[in-house]
Amino acid sequence: MVIFSVYVVNKAGGLIYQYDNYVPRNVVLNLSLKWWFGATVGHAILSINGVDVMGKNTADGKDILEYLKDSANYPVSIRFGRARLSSNEKLMLASMFHSLFAIGSQLSPEVGSSGIEMLETDVFKLHCFQTLTGIKFIVLADPRQSGIDALLRKIYELYSDFALKNPFYSLEMPIRCELFDQNLKSALEVAEKAGNFGAGS
Amino acid sequence: MSRQSNRTTDSKKMNSELFTLTYGALVSQLCKDYENDEEVNKQLDKMGYNIGVRLIEDFLARSSVGRCQDFRETADVIAKVAFKMYLGVTPSVTNWSPAGDEFSLILENNPLADFVELPDNHNTLVYSNLLCGALRGALEMVQMAVDVKFAQDTLRGDSVTEIRMKFIKRIEENLPAGDE
Repeated sequence: MVIFSVYVVNKAGGLIYQYDNYVPRNVVLNLSLKWWFGATVGHAILSINGVDVMGKNTADGKDILEYLKDSANYPVSIRFGRARLSSNEKLMLASMFHSLFAIGSQLSPEVGSSGIEMLETDVFKLHCFQTLTGIKFIVLADPRQSGIDALLRKIYELYSDFALKNPFYSLEMPIRCELFDQNLKSALEVAEKAGNFGAGS
Repeated sequence: MSRQSNRTTDSKKMNSELFTLTYGALVSQLCKDYENDEEVNKQLDKMGYNIGVRLIEDFLARSSVGRCQDFRETADVIAKVAFKMYLGVTPSVTNWSPAGDEFSLILENNPLADFVELPDNHNTLVYSNLLCGALRGALEMVQMAVDVKFAQDTLRGDSVTEIRMKFIKRIEENLPAGDE
């Protein structure tokens, strides 16, 4: 059970932090290429032999299809997965979610409703926590993962510690603090391990 | 004498005198740099404001208080939770105005100003003005515009330290969704 990604959105709806944790499946191909093995329509090659590809070329600059046609290069380990979102796309999606969050509270039949707290699909659950100051912490996790509320509060604490107490970090700007990254990664690991013992949240 | 903090959160014990010394060094350097009490007061307020806008998140993350329903609740939270958490003192909330939009925090002792005496040439200096800026900055981040100032100060000969807080208005721009 995995936590896929973490997004932090500022008051104005801009994405200030993003971390991806998903591990795509690895495929080892031997003599002949079995294109249908493990990959599906819409998947792209993410890395070959452990090195990330760049567009249509391998990291060395060779064209991928040429490289794969040459049997001298086999066995080759190819990682397939959904093409990763570019950072611009992520920015756009975060702003869109910010607006949807507000719509969530406006649609409410009762007065004083919160915005969207959870968004569920068959593959993941998106959890969102908005602080009293307007910052949103968004976590995408496995639907069976439990303890996400505690994780969101923990990420809030980490933000208040490693981002805000850093005097060189300006509010509402993208978070580029090493300590925040490191501590966030360990918090995610702890949450994943703890979530294995719990039922779905 | 070092004060033992009794916070239940992960407190790293530190000598509170070091804190008083640090703040004193800050104020005295500002006085040397600006040589004008009014200017120093302004700078302390600005610095306090920057601290306040950051400290509020730490406060909300650790204390998990929800949104206050009215100004009275805000006053109670500030006095009983926030001051206790950060300075280890609990001021009392008194002197409510008839409209309920102004109150006073009475501090028996001010940890920032332990061992401090104001000399005669600095009698308009508000030594602990950082506190006012911090309160103003913190409340602004939760959509409350307030005016904070010292009404009485033991450093200037009064018997207690009194901080007067006045609610100005609710900040309606950039309200977090769901808070109307």
